[in-house]
Amino acid sequence: MPPLLEVRELRTEFRTGAGVVRAVDGISYTVEAGETVAIVGESGSGKSVEALSIMRLIPNPPGRIVSGEVLFDGRDLRKLTEEEMRSVRGRDIGMVFQEPMTSLNPVLTIGRQITETLEQHQGASREDAEKRAIELLEMVGIADSRRRLRQYPHQLSGGMRQRVMIAVALACNPKLIIADEPTTALDVTIQAQILELMKSLTRKLGVAQIIITHNLGVVARYASRVNVMYAGRIVEAGTAEAIYHDPRHPYTVALLKSVPRLDQPRRARLDPVEGSPPDLTKLDGGCAFRPRCRFAVDKCATAYPKLDTVGEQGHLAACFRSAEVATARESTRESAA
Amino acid sequence: MRDQPGTTPLLEVRGLQMHFPITEGMVVSRKVGEVRAVDGVDFSIARGETLGLVGESGCGKTTTGRCILRLEKPTQGQILYDGKDISRLAQKDLVGLRRRMQVIFQDPYSSLNPRMKVGDIIAEPIRVHGLERDPRRRRDRVRDLLSVCGLDPKFVDRYPHEMSGGQRQRVGIARALAMDPEFIVCDEAVSALDVSIQAQVVNLLEDLRERFRLTYLFIAHDLSVVRHLCQRVAVMYLGRIVEMAESDELFDNPMHPYTQALLSAVPVPDPRVEAGRQFRPARGEIPSPINPPSGCVFHPRCPMAVENCRKARPTLRGMRPGHWVACSEVN
Repeated sequence: MPPLLEVRELRTEFRTGAGVVRAVDGISYTVEAGETVAIVGESGSGKSVEALSIMRLIPNPPGRIVSGEVLFDGRDLRKLTEEEMRSVRGRDIGMVFQEPMTSLNPVLTIGRQITETLEQHQGASREDAEKRAIELLEMVGIADSRRRLRQYPHQLSGGMRQRVMIAVALACNPKLIIADEPTTALDVTIQAQILELMKSLTRKLGVAQIIITHNLGVVARYASRVNVMYAGRIVEAGTAEAIYHDPRHPYTVALLKSVPRLDQPRRARLDPVEGSPPDLTKLDGGCAFRPRCRFAVDKCATAYPKLDTVGEQGHLAACFRSAEVATARESTRESAA
Repeated sequence: MRDQPGTTPLLEVRGLQMHFPITEGMVVSRKVGEVRAVDGVDFSIARGETLGLVGESGCGKTTTGRCILRLEKPTQGQILYDGKDISRLAQKDLVGLRRRMQVIFQDPYSSLNPRMKVGDIIAEPIRVHGLERDPRRRRDRVRDLLSVCGLDPKFVDRYPHEMSGGQRQRVGIARALAMDPEFIVCDEAVSALDVSIQAQVVNLLEDLRERFRLTYLFIAHDLSVVRHLCQRVAVMYLGRIVEMAESDELFDNPMHPYTQALLSAVPVPDPRVEAGRQFRPARGEIPSPINPPSGCVFHPRCPMAVENCRKARPTLRGMRPGHWVACSEVN
């Protein structure tokens, strides 16, 4: 069976005053039905632009999807008309964004935002839509849902608003939900509630999820597979187990080392990734991580390494020296032991 | 409450309270209620120590920091800085204090003047306080500060918008250091930074503390960073400290039900650890500090709450050496 979503060589550019920025630079990956895939990266890595490109929500100008295919459920979303695409958004693919205050319409009631989706996509009557909206609000853990239906977004707390967003995203029984930093704006205990809710609902309903985040802890807790992005490309992909315990790209290794951990005692010093994030207007044909990489050799300046299988099946890394990365990690582990 | 008997702490806060009035009426305004942002907080910080103040939004951690910096005048309580109560000082008497206490804010985008060059931003406090009147020597000092903070001294002629977030935060740190302070309040100082840059700045703060014998109050919501950087940690909830202990003790052996819920909510970057973790999110949301719950403020969300928790406000009790917990049900 083909995967639910297959992204092939997707490229998105932005025209800026400083030149053309390749925010997404040839990305390929798949999402199987019902699974949770994480896209992890720091600011400017292209993870959000990549998600917006799948949904064809890139503002043009200045942005433009240059090339690539987005095969969803047997159709190439890039070939659809704008009308057809509108029926995909919200019906086949639900979306949850970081800031529920800006992604909910402030002048519509909570109820209307949900019933609108149902009426648009499923042709439901006002009455049926309202009944379903009450069910949905209860499902996402909003008590007193009849009263909440008449309220406006500003009358709800941040956590409640994000629950409403999830209700809207799930309203039409989508096959896939794209969640872009769904809990970054929320407090830790609320973040945990929302993520648990998304996990239990997507499991129960068999919905696949793409979680886009910079939080390596969230990825470890919720994702089965992970794509690590840097400067518009996927530099490493694999199961969460492989990414966290057998990383083969120097950036992944450095990223994991630089996070302080709640479950470990104070260390003398953190081990940060040296240098600054890349200037996307000044990328050349070589590996973008090269200036910050302690494994870099001459070859890294002239050619960009392909995303290639390393280790077990499905574990990919884009690095000429991934074998050396693995050996170096083994030896530090031995010397530590 | 003294944590290190025999030594005078650099800072001691006793019964600190900051209630903001809520007023109605534009011409004749009258008080209709109050926000209890900080509601009776006690702690001390020893010289050279880093105390972490953690909690979720609205818990009063930032207001506590602002009271200590005397950017707010607390409604009650004492703030003993180097043995002297500064909580009632008038603005003009605070000038000397400002040189000894500095602050680093979260957002390096909004805390640096976009129309000033980096060199002028750092030189401004030196000039205002008349620490170095000779312009050339002042410029040298600014260059020194930049390189101490890991920036190229050539950055003096740049504007903030020409720099990355991490570089801007280093400028904010250099400006705080310009006065040669002994105490710095870091209010979410690394929260806006990307993981890889955050680690660099955390290391810088740690180096500076040792090099200049600084004392930090480190206010943050990111518990992992706090565990790494702080010797002791105080957990705040709705204007009160619910638990306080040595860093490793607090994180390995949390006793207050809120601290336990908070720690279990933070996912650890390791799928193996996560797979084996017991996890129960705290139910409900944080109540409003305008009308906080009676008794223990955590009782509506607490899995251990009993009838008495609605009535009596628990005080901090020493459960183990240096480990204080405000919960009547913990033994």
